[in-house]
Amino acid sequence: MPSHRRWLLPLPLLSAAIAACGGPFPQSTLRPRSDFAGAIDVLFTDIFWWAVLVFVLVEGVLLFIIIRHRRREGAPTPRPTHGHTVLEIAWTLAPALVLVFIAVPTMRTIFATQAEAPAGALRVAVVGHQWWWEYRYPDLGVVTANELYLPAGRPVAFELTSADVIHSFWAPGLGGKRDVIPGRTNRLVLRPDSVDTFLGQCAEFCGASHANMRLRVMVVSDLAFQAWVRQQRASAALVPRGSVAEQGEQAFRRFGCIGCHTMGTMSNALVGPNLTHLGSRTTIAGGLFPNDSAHLARWLADPPGEKPGSIMPNMHVPPADLATLIAFLRSMR
Amino acid sequence: MSRPKGGVGGSGGGLMSWLTTTDHKRIGLLYFYTAFAFFLIGGLDALVIRAQLAQPDGHLVSAETYNQLFTMHGTTMIFLALMPLSASFFNYIVPLQIGARDVAFPRLNAFSYWVFLFGGLLMNASWVAGPLFHAGQLNVAPDAGWFGYANLTSRQYSPGPNIDFWMFGLQILGVSSLAAGFNFIVTILNMRAPGMRMMRLPVFCWMTLVTSFLIITAFPVVTVALVLLMFDRFFGTHFYLTSAGGDPVLWQHLFWLFGHPEVYILILPAMGIVSEVLPTFARKPLFGYTVVVYSGVLIGFMGWGVWSHHMFAVGLGPIADSVFAATTMLIAVPTGVKIFNWLATLWGGQLRFTSAMLFALGFIALFTIGGLSGITHAAPPADLQQTDTYYVVAHLHYVLFGGTVFGLFAGMYYWWPKMTGRLLSEPLGRWHFALMFVGMNLAFFPMHLIGLLGMPRRIYTYSPELGVATLNLVSSVGAFLIGVSVLVFIWNVWRTRTRGQLAGNDPWGGATLEWTIASPPPVHNFDVIPTVASRLPRWTKTQVKAIPEGAELAEFPVPSGSIWPLVTALGLPILALAPLSHTLPLVFVGAAIVLLGIYRWAFEPPPLEG
Repeated sequence: MPSHRRWLLPLPLLSAAIAACGGPFPQSTLRPRSDFAGAIDVLFTDIFWWAVLVFVLVEGVLLFIIIRHRRREGAPTPRPTHGHTVLEIAWTLAPALVLVFIAVPTMRTIFATQAEAPAGALRVAVVGHQWWWEYRYPDLGVVTANELYLPAGRPVAFELTSADVIHSFWAPGLGGKRDVIPGRTNRLVLRPDSVDTFLGQCAEFCGASHANMRLRVMVVSDLAFQAWVRQQRASAALVPRGSVAEQGEQAFRRFGCIGCHTMGTMSNALVGPNLTHLGSRTTIAGGLFPNDSAHLARWLADPPGEKPGSIMPNMHVPPADLATLIAFLRSMR
Repeated sequence: MSRPKGGVGGSGGGLMSWLTTTDHKRIGLLYFYTAFAFFLIGGLDALVIRAQLAQPDGHLVSAETYNQLFTMHGTTMIFLALMPLSASFFNYIVPLQIGARDVAFPRLNAFSYWVFLFGGLLMNASWVAGPLFHAGQLNVAPDAGWFGYANLTSRQYSPGPNIDFWMFGLQILGVSSLAAGFNFIVTILNMRAPGMRMMRLPVFCWMTLVTSFLIITAFPVVTVALVLLMFDRFFGTHFYLTSAGGDPVLWQHLFWLFGHPEVYILILPAMGIVSEVLPTFARKPLFGYTVVVYSGVLIGFMGWGVWSHHMFAVGLGPIADSVFAATTMLIAVPTGVKIFNWLATLWGGQLRFTSAMLFALGFIALFTIGGLSGITHAAPPADLQQTDTYYVVAHLHYVLFGGTVFGLFAGMYYWWPKMTGRLLSEPLGRWHFALMFVGMNLAFFPMHLIGLLGMPRRIYTYSPELGVATLNLVSSVGAFLIGVSVLVFIWNVWRTRTRGQLAGNDPWGGATLEWTIASPPPVHNFDVIPTVASRLPRWTKTQVKAIPEGAELAEFPVPSGSIWPLVTALGLPILALAPLSHTLPLVFVGAAIVLLGIYRWAFEPPPLEG
């Protein structure tokens, strides 16, 4: 548990539960690693303590009353009190006053976190699809899917929209979510402050595989980011003549994969994720499975079986072709 | 006083007497048993959900079935369980508390019930209607969430009959709610006994009145939203579709403009019940009656100005976010004032911890938690981390389970003897309370953390990587404990039928008019309409006078039963089946039944007997 979350410790049941399930909670909102997430965390902690204060007061008084004013044998009928004007005014004003202490920092944080992006911010377009994420870096000429690379310390200006239904882009370590809505372009500005890998996932119910629309954000050093951009901008890897991968390349055409996926210069279809550098990703199928041969085989053999509702159909690829296809895909680094 | 027997007001035995009844007490019981059955169905949905989520990568049910389960859990609990359970108390108790012989429109009241029943049955028929639609599976239940966000609900993304069941079911249930809303407004305003001034009304009646006004103003909004959706799905319009300039966010505004008042429709009746139970068992009048009433009215008004707090992640801009944050925080003030007045009511009292009282105290304890977590997401930036996660699931269940359900159970233990003549067992009631209180906190408290640790709502499975497996297991154990507590309640109800202690007129020493008459009350409620001289007629010296033995009572009209409300109601699901099954002739059948029902209803002989 991070040290600044010690407030959880007074709740023994919960801390025991936390200890039992270990960590390190890669999708936690309680471990802010950007200016945006940090501002939210400060505000939430502030409100949380006010809430604890009111909680202790109300529940304390309730418990006291339950013990002190329980019925005793032979006690006279209680004095009927019908109200008290001063008390009523007092307990109307008191919560109103507490709310002022909550509302002022709230308004400040609203405007601070929705400010215009600073000059020089990295532009990233996020497009939600059922059920995967497309990322475009318009100034860098890079298009990728599900795994987002960002340089630490540089502001990022997201432009978010959807290709089909409403989704919500959310990587809790980097800040709050923002809905991804067809016909609208939403904005989100944040500056990741440390190198780490963050898990996230779609937060707005978007159909059968909403649970499987996951994402990863790799916040890397500036140098590592430059290297990643160079790799992504490079043309597709060359497939050696006569190799298994080359047979896979032919299978990729034959089974119609090119109808939906961009693959180097071979195809430029936009229905599914761009696969030109698939081999460089750590996960497949919307962040659902690790990118290894075993999982690729399972995935390609029956996409709707692995990911309910998947628009990618089962192409009934024979096992022999499956092996070559996997060799080809894994070589596309 | 003996219970009148015979066919008056459909009060005799036999099936027909129940089908034709216009007696508000019988309709109240019908509402209760039907809504409780739906409460059990919605609870079973929840238990399957919790079984699926007890461990990561669960696969007890498929993604499609899971999505149907959480959609139907929400829809069933809100529209088919909690609202009609409140309605059962409106029906049974309000006329007794205001000193009336029935509601203003007894046949409309029967109509409300039958429409509710048929709407609920239509919606739940989707669980087994798959074969009729060649869907390849049994269950084609609604699957886009109880909030049914456009454009996922469009024909393109939801081609099956699932959304149609939801859309038509909700429209039918809206008819029921509207009819009931108008009925109770007129009843409370016009049918009060002499001397029952507005500021002498029991708080439960006040909250019923506010709720009824919210119903008649909020349901038209969702009806409009649903009609636009129907046009998009059936007639090719584009209200919610960007392809021709529409906007899916329009749905969100319309839905939440209804949806937030709906939250108060669900909680205000429970607040009314608690405001009756606490004074009775503290043996003290409600502290700050006027303030409690006015804060309820204020909550009703302010409930209209907060809808966009459900939409902070939509990106409405900092101005809109600030305004809705401010209105949302403000609504905490009248809510807090109610809690303080309840505490002041208890202060200095002689508390009797009956089951009803335990549930009312549980209401205060748990609703407070729900209110406080609500403040944390009234702040839009914080809400951006919390919305659509289990943190909100925790919050809403502290409000609607810890609040509404505990309030409703308080009402059940409190008024059961009035409604059936027998007292529920107190030891079993205490077990019920203890199990439900522990189960509730076990089920829902960990969800705060599950959400803060990053688990979204409405996901049929989650990755073990998130580290929330143990917390989810604890939550599931709690959910099943709640299930056990409900079984204890059912056993209690069952054994009370024959073995329950006889209640007499007033087992609790209550202050309000319903305790002046027999349990259960005779069909005409009051032999003589009481004249009310104070807010607490049974606790003040100017009590309602008992009728001298052997006094001659004037004859008074009691409405006879009618089958036509049922017939009219039956036409509505048939009308809905026409577009559902794409069978045009059914429109004419359904319309003919509705028209026949209304015609015969309108020209029925004057409802007098005896």
